[in-house]
Amino acid sequence: MTRKLLRCALTTAAILLAAGCGQKSEPRDGTLAIRIGQVSPLTGPQAHLGRDNDNGARLAVDEINAQGLTLGGKPARIELRSEDDAADPKTATTVAQKLVDEGVVAVVGHLNSGATIPASKIYADAGIPQISPSATAIAYTAQGFRTAFRVMTNDAQQGSVLGRYAVQKLGARRVAIIDDRTAYGQGLADEVAKAVSAAGGEVVAREYTSDRATDFMAILTSIKAKSPDLVFFGGMDPQAAPMVKQLKQLGVNARFLGGDGVQTPKFVELAGAEAEGTIASNPGLPLDAMPGGAAFKSKFEAKYGKIQNYAPYAYDAVYVLVEAMRRAQSSEPAKVLAELPKTDYQGVTGRIRFDAKGDITGGAVTLYQVRDGKWVTLETVQSAQ
Amino acid sequence: MDVFLQQLVNGLVLGSVYALVALGYTMVYGILELINFAHGEITMMGAMVALAVIGALALAAPALPGVVIVGAGLALAIPVCMALGLLIERVAYRPLRNAPRLAPLITAIGVSIILQNVAMLIWGKQYIPFPAILPQGRHDVLGASITDVQLAILLLAVVIMAGLTLLVGKTRLGRAMRATAQSRQVASLMGVDVDRVIAATFVIGSALAAIAGVMVSAYYGLAHYYMGFLLGLKAFSAAVLGGIGNLAGAMLGGLLLGVIEALGAGYIGDLTGGFLGSHYQDVFAFFVLILVLVFRPSGLLGERLAERA
Repeated sequence: MTRKLLRCALTTAAILLAAGCGQKSEPRDGTLAIRIGQVSPLTGPQAHLGRDNDNGARLAVDEINAQGLTLGGKPARIELRSEDDAADPKTATTVAQKLVDEGVVAVVGHLNSGATIPASKIYADAGIPQISPSATAIAYTAQGFRTAFRVMTNDAQQGSVLGRYAVQKLGARRVAIIDDRTAYGQGLADEVAKAVSAAGGEVVAREYTSDRATDFMAILTSIKAKSPDLVFFGGMDPQAAPMVKQLKQLGVNARFLGGDGVQTPKFVELAGAEAEGTIASNPGLPLDAMPGGAAFKSKFEAKYGKIQNYAPYAYDAVYVLVEAMRRAQSSEPAKVLAELPKTDYQGVTGRIRFDAKGDITGGAVTLYQVRDGKWVTLETVQSAQ
Repeated sequence: MDVFLQQLVNGLVLGSVYALVALGYTMVYGILELINFAHGEITMMGAMVALAVIGALALAAPALPGVVIVGAGLALAIPVCMALGLLIERVAYRPLRNAPRLAPLITAIGVSIILQNVAMLIWGKQYIPFPAILPQGRHDVLGASITDVQLAILLLAVVIMAGLTLLVGKTRLGRAMRATAQSRQVASLMGVDVDRVIAATFVIGSALAAIAGVMVSAYYGLAHYYMGFLLGLKAFSAAVLGGIGNLAGAMLGGLLLGVIEALGAGYIGDLTGGFLGSHYQDVFAFFVLILVLVFRPSGLLGERLAERA
C-alpha cells in the first residue's frame, strides 16, 4: 500500500509539474489546498439528481471554508472537484482515475450503484477514501475495500426492514415474493424473504419474472392458489404497475408491497386507480423527517433552488470527511482512512456511524403508501443492522 | 378457484394476441417467403398511435364512453399501420424482391430498428399508461375469473380470424393471394397483379398488428417503444410452431404458445419442487418449439417442407 501511495504521490507530483505548477497545493499565503472529488451524472437523464449531489457537497464545502479550517496548525481550504460520470460505469472509471491523478484526498460519490461499484476499485487501489451519498447496492461495500463507505441505507437493510414491517406492522402471515431476477430485485427479495421468516411469517410462494415482462397472469394465478395476504415485488415500476392491475383482475385479496423501484410517481401514473393502497419503501428519510432537515432546506434553497433527493446526504458526506481530517489533523488519505471508521457524527440526515464494511449503522428506511393517487409518508424505521 | 381453468384462460387470451400477430408473419411468408421482422414494430406503432389518440381524447372528452374512445384510437391506428406496412413493402422489400433471400431479411431487421428509434424519438423512452377508461368488470366462469377486457380480446380475435379465413378462402383477392403464394410467375401469367396482391397482404397484416397492439396495451395498461420486439419474437415462434405460411397454423400456434407459457409458468415451480422456477417460462415455450421442429420440421400444420429456409 505504501508503495502504491508513493507511486500515486509521485504521479501526482509529476502531473503537477507537467501542468506547469498551475495548481500549487500551497499558495503563497501558506494555506493548504485540499482537493475533494465529487462525482455524479451532471449530464443525461439523471442530471437533475447529479447536480443535486454536487450542490449539496458544494454547500458543505463553502460553509467549512467560510468557518475556516485548520489542519496541523496550518490554515486549510477545501477545493471541490466535480466530475460527470453520466451514470455510466465506463465513464465512472475514467473520471475516477482522473480525480486520482489530480491528487484528490477523498471522494464523495458516485450517485448510482452501477457507477459507484466499478469506480470504488480505482479509489481502493489509490488508497483514497470514498463516501457514496446514494448507492444502495449490497455489492458496493461487500468487495472488502477499506476505502468504501456510504451514508445511505443499503438494499439489505431496506429488505430486512420491509420483511419485518410486513409481518409485524401489516400483520401478514402468508407472504408471496416475486422478483425480476436483476441484481437489485433479487437482492432485495432475498432479504425480504429472510426477514419475513425471521419475524415469524411464512413465505408461501417464490416466483420470478424478468425486467421486461408485462404478463404476470400465470405466476399470479399460481400465487392466488396459495392464498397469500401480502405480495412483495422486488423490481421496478414498469413491472409493478401491470402486476398490481393483474392482481386486481384475478381478484387476489392481498396487500401489495414494494421497494424503492416501486415508490415512484411513474408507478402511480401507470397503475392508476389500482395503485391505491400499495405500500413501498425508500432508503433514507424524507427531508422534513431529518433532524436538520428544515435548516438545511432553507440554506440550500436560498442558494440552489429546490432539493431533488440526495443533496443532504452529499452534504453530510463532506462533513464526515472533514471531521475525520480534523481528528487526524491531516488531509493525508491514509490518516483520514484510519479515522473514518471511528466516525460518530450528528449530521443533517441523522447520526452517522459506520460498521466494519463501511455501511451506515442503523440506516433509515421510510415507508410510503399510495392514497388518493399520491405517495403519503407512513413512517421511518431504523434498520437493525 | 380452479387454478388449471384460470391458467387456461390466461393462456388463451395471451395466445389470441400472439395468433393475431403471427398471422401477419405467416401471410407475408406464405406469399414472399420473407420473414418480415419489422412486423412486431408495426404492432408497437399501432399501440403508440392509438394511445396518443386515446390519451388525448380521455383528457379532452372524459364523458365519452371508454369503448368509443378506444374505437377512435383504433380508427386512427389501423390506417396509420396500413400505410406504414405499404410504405415498408414499397421501400424496403419490393426493390429487393429478386435479390438473394438474405438481403430482404437484413432490411427487415433494419426497418425494425428504424421504427423503434422513431417511436423513441416521438414518444420517449418511458412507459406510456393506458387510461383506465374501459369497463373493469370481472366474471366468474366455472371458478375462473375473466375480465371484460380479456373477454373482448378473445371475441375480437375469434371474429378477426374467422373474417380473415373467409377473405382468403372465398374472395377474389383471397384467390389471388393463394395463387401468388403457389407461384408468383404463373399467377402473373394468369393476369393477377402480383405487386398489388403483395401490397394488400402487407396492408392486411399491418391492420391485424395494429389491432393486436391496441389489445396488448389495453390488457397490460401500458405501451413502450420496445414492446414490439419480444411480442414479435413470440408471434414469429408461434407462426413457426403452427407451420409458417399456413393461416390455421398461425392461429393454432399462437393459442398453443400462449397456453404452454401460462401452464408452464404456473406449474413448473410446483412440478420440479422449486428446482426450476417461473423464470423458465420462456424456456418452456421455446423448448416445446424445438421439440416440434425436431419431429415435425414444417410445424404442426405445415404441409410442405420449407425448401429454402
